[in-house]
Amino acid sequence: MITVQHVSKHYGRHTALDDVSFQVMEGEILAFLGPNGAGKTTTMRILSCFMPQSTGMARVAGFDCLEQPMEVKRHLGYLPETPPLYPELTVDEYLTFVGRLKRLTPPHLASRKSHVIDQVGLGSIRHRLIGHLSRGYRQRVGLAQALIHDPPVLILDEPTVGLDPKQIIDIRGLIKSLAGSRTIILSTHILPEAMATCDRVVIIHRGRIVAEDAPDRLSSRLRQSETMSLTVKQPLHDWMERLKTLPGVLDVQTAATPNTCTIECELGRDIRETLSQFVVSQGYGLLELKPLSLSLEEVFLQLTHQEEETGMGERTHLPPSNRSQPPIA
Amino acid sequence: MTPFQTILAKELRCFFVSPVFYVVGAIFLFISGLIAHLMTANAGQQAVRFLQIQNTYAQLNLNELVFRSLFYSLDFVLMFLLPILTMRLFAEERKLQTIELLLTSPVGINELISAKYMSVLLIYLGLLSLTGLTPILLSLYSSFQWNPILTGYLGLALQGGFFLACGLLASATTDNQVVAAFLSFGMILLIWLLGGLGSLLGDTTIGNVLSYVSFSEHYDRLVRGLLEVKDVVYYLSGIVLTLFMAHRVVDSHRWS
Repeated sequence: MITVQHVSKHYGRHTALDDVSFQVMEGEILAFLGPNGAGKTTTMRILSCFMPQSTGMARVAGFDCLEQPMEVKRHLGYLPETPPLYPELTVDEYLTFVGRLKRLTPPHLASRKSHVIDQVGLGSIRHRLIGHLSRGYRQRVGLAQALIHDPPVLILDEPTVGLDPKQIIDIRGLIKSLAGSRTIILSTHILPEAMATCDRVVIIHRGRIVAEDAPDRLSSRLRQSETMSLTVKQPLHDWMERLKTLPGVLDVQTAATPNTCTIECELGRDIRETLSQFVVSQGYGLLELKPLSLSLEEVFLQLTHQEEETGMGERTHLPPSNRSQPPIA
Repeated sequence: MTPFQTILAKELRCFFVSPVFYVVGAIFLFISGLIAHLMTANAGQQAVRFLQIQNTYAQLNLNELVFRSLFYSLDFVLMFLLPILTMRLFAEERKLQTIELLLTSPVGINELISAKYMSVLLIYLGLLSLTGLTPILLSLYSSFQWNPILTGYLGLALQGGFFLACGLLASATTDNQVVAAFLSFGMILLIWLLGGLGSLLGDTTIGNVLSYVSFSEHYDRLVRGLLEVKDVVYYLSGIVLTLFMAHRVVDSHRWS
């Protein structure tokens, strides 16, 4: 549904996007993840035909963004970072205006309008001036604007930024409910959001794609070994060395409390059984044994950190994970 | 509804809910009424003086005494008021970032600019037509020639149309409304002063070119009742050129 091939964008001497390629299948939700200034908004603006790319090719719904911008714009709903609202219009007037701009015919417009107003929950404020609405409602009006012409492709630039937790959950639920029939790209710098809503994550940093995969596989891909967290009743210090001699164990490190340690073991080898038998047979008092996986935050930090260190990101080469860091979640 | 009509309707609505429009409209109508009153009172005084000296009723030329000065004064008022009317057209869209909505909708920049220009032109022509009350009222009590008044109004319409196009261009270059207003003052005053420079240089090629580029001589002829194609062509081509430049400016923002 969306194809981006070798797209670069330069602002004068500054390179905002550097040879970016990715694809989004029909019905998929893709998250664009990256720190501020990474090139997320630039990518979305190129896809929405707001600005042209410097080099490369971008296609949306089978139409080229440079050659057939009008067709692309017809098939696309776009919510920019700042919802494009006119404070002097009421919600109803605003949606009528946008619907007409998107070339909806009058009977179609009326039905779409009431449908969208129900969908994003604007019924109670339909006749209020947009200038008097709260941030959360404005964001919803922005979303309604992107949905009014029932586009097959939705591009949402930071749809939950500046909202309170309840509103964030509402908007996420709404985005999830839109999936299936629509192809959605959303950008965010909030990692749980990508985890919660998306099928696939593209991590972008300094204009380059540094990783691209499903959220859960992204964290597992980064691991070269598995980690376990082990908590026992007796303090660990004296027999920790003996743990290292067990088959499959690579390293043992103490964690926050003297009763807990993290155990690094070979990839693809489940040593939980051996480990628990060992602890129980020695009578140390097994309290907890659980596998640790990297949170997306850690993946993200590692990838972007790696970028900064080497100066150029290699998408295929992923760095070994650093377990001494506690999860930031 | 076509996108042109949609944007036009929205712009008109925004004008009617904006205090700027009412302030500009009120000041324009008040000042034009005041000037008309002063000119008419002045003409009346001259008639009385004439009566005292000559002891007969004089045939006063109202066209010259009232309307010509009214048209010249209104021209000056427009130079300062119309930039206030146009300053928000694009600057506000850029400030609110609603320009992203317009440019990512299936609407051409041509339609966008022509609809915005048409909205402000209609507003201006509406205000201008209200000043038509002055000649209508005066025609009840005295007689004068209508033709120079009609060409004068044509001149005001074209002149105002040109100022509005300049204002739209200025508004497209910035996201700050105050900057947009001052830019258009600057543009209009500069074009006006070119005429002065032209007449200073006299009958040389550069002098003639400068005088032609400035609107003063074209407006002057229309106010004096001379309807010539070249003056109308001057205004229309000026408007089209300015709007074309605005088109390029709006388009170029997408590239930077």
